[in-house]
Amino acid sequence: MESLILILVGVLVAVGTYLILSKQLLRVILGTAVLSHAAHLLILTMGGLKKGDVPLLGESEGPYTDALPQALILTAIVISFAVTAFVLVLGYRTYKTNGTGDFDELRGTSDE
Amino acid sequence: MSNIIVLPLIVPVITAILLVFIREHVMLQRIISLVTFVFVAIVSMVLLNEIQVQGVLRIDFSGWLPPFGILFVADSFAMLLVLVANIVSAICVLYAIFTIGERAEKMYFYPFVLLMVAGVNGSFLTGDIFNLFVCFEVMLLASYALISLGGEKIQLREALKYVLINIVASWIFLVALAFLYGTIGTLNMAHISVRVTETGADPLITTVALIFLVVFSLKAGLLLFFWLPGSYSVPPTAVAALFAALLTKVGIYALVRTFTLLFPNNTEVTHTVLAGMAGITIIAGCMGALAGRDVRTIASYNVLIGVGFIVAGLAIGTESALQGVTYYLMHDMVAKAMLFLAVGTMIYVTGETVIDNMSGLIRNYPLFGWLFFLVMCSLAGIPPLSGFLGKVLIGQGAIEGGNFVLLGLGFLSSLVVLYSLLRIFLSSFFGETIISLEDEKPLPKRIVLPLVLLAACTIGLGAGAELMAPYVTDAAETLYTPSIYIDAVLDGQMWQGEVNE
Repeated sequence: MESLILILVGVLVAVGTYLILSKQLLRVILGTAVLSHAAHLLILTMGGLKKGDVPLLGESEGPYTDALPQALILTAIVISFAVTAFVLVLGYRTYKTNGTGDFDELRGTSDE
Repeated sequence: MSNIIVLPLIVPVITAILLVFIREHVMLQRIISLVTFVFVAIVSMVLLNEIQVQGVLRIDFSGWLPPFGILFVADSFAMLLVLVANIVSAICVLYAIFTIGERAEKMYFYPFVLLMVAGVNGSFLTGDIFNLFVCFEVMLLASYALISLGGEKIQLREALKYVLINIVASWIFLVALAFLYGTIGTLNMAHISVRVTETGADPLITTVALIFLVVFSLKAGLLLFFWLPGSYSVPPTAVAALFAALLTKVGIYALVRTFTLLFPNNTEVTHTVLAGMAGITIIAGCMGALAGRDVRTIASYNVLIGVGFIVAGLAIGTESALQGVTYYLMHDMVAKAMLFLAVGTMIYVTGETVIDNMSGLIRNYPLFGWLFFLVMCSLAGIPPLSGFLGKVLIGQGAIEGGNFVLLGLGFLSSLVVLYSLLRIFLSSFFGETIISLEDEKPLPKRIVLPLVLLAACTIGLGAGAELMAPYVTDAAETLYTPSIYIDAVLDGQMWQGEVNE
């Protein structure tokens, strides 16, 4: 199961990398979102997928599942949600103000 | 008593939320944010003195004992940085009050600054590496908002690049955390250190260490600095000064923590890479500073030279070099804030950014001219100003460690810093004045006041080095001997337990 998820992480990273290397603003932003999903899956897999019982003492004999990776990705998901929302708005404003969503044209000249 | 360790994080967050509700009362917002920074500075002074008596302090949130819960650890190194960061923020906010304009002030400028400083303080204090990631994100999200506040064409364009670079860097941070948790199985920094020491020089751990190096180098502008000159040139002066003073320093702090505490094994690999990156950063920074014609570009490349110099001290890694790193970090926060405020003020009075278009400013604004001269001397490391001692100590460490290439590069870079700023000084402040007395844009005393305060700080840090010495010595000792930190966090019990197993 772990290897399967890790292959999925690899696919997501490949897709995300392809997207952030493209020139279109929206694709780059979507690429960062895909990358963050890959990272979350990676954390979950690194902690070991569900093997034991719910980690509540006295409820079962054990062995228990490590609950920490789930707490970590919950935090990371919230953060990436906020950042993606922000960068979408920023991207939209940049598109409106600069009149283009193409990174070649957003490069800027050196003598400004 | 040790409960007050949490105040540098929680007080700015609470005041930031409070300020959102009193958006229209600009005067009240100004006063509350200034008071907050001063309050946090006082708290950190109290804590610093407490650390000298009681040793490294910590607070376990909700009573979860390490290594299971999240905790804040206050050692001298972290508290010194919190202290200086908050003093510098207070002064930058003072400058912002007089210059940034009511529009930005009503668009939640102060809450964002407070949240950013809360993230900075949290990053300095936390003893849990995932919590470091969270504090980084708090700081970065606020900085994203600050860099794009104003919404001009160039500003938005550069802000977008800054945000995207940092998102990718944060992503690499998460990946590094996943690998670390997969190999070591803990996130508490002291506990990581114990387990890494037990495992020995495992190649997997060295790889994880190098991924962390990439993340923090991106944040600190060490070698991977291509984003920095662009994004530090676009925001308003006060914001640029805050960024230059705080954000790269947090990256450097994380590098210092990572490579003194977390990964003490296999230093041949990690410290050699660090030394190489520091050397290249110094050279590239010097080239940029020499080639630049725009005052903001020259100032941005000076930030890079500072980063390279501090990391060179870390790469040398002897105890006196680490003392130098501590001194120089504090000095660099003050001096870079002052340099950026001075450069911003030059642009404010002339409306020009290229040095050839400005001339004779010292006749119109004598006090301002001499303040610029002072910051130049301070950055070049002329005694008795604050840059001197850090350079001497890092130099001393380099000689002890036999690191003569870095020694030579470091001291040559001081000359380049002096030359690049002297060029601004000679061309813009000396010479025929281009502004006649009638056209002279008044430079109110209140705009110069923050510069005077920062000048007082740099003189105070340099002349009062004797006073700071016990704190700095303690900070360097804790960095050089990680077991002090580990014992304070794990109460010595974990050590025993791990060894007996």
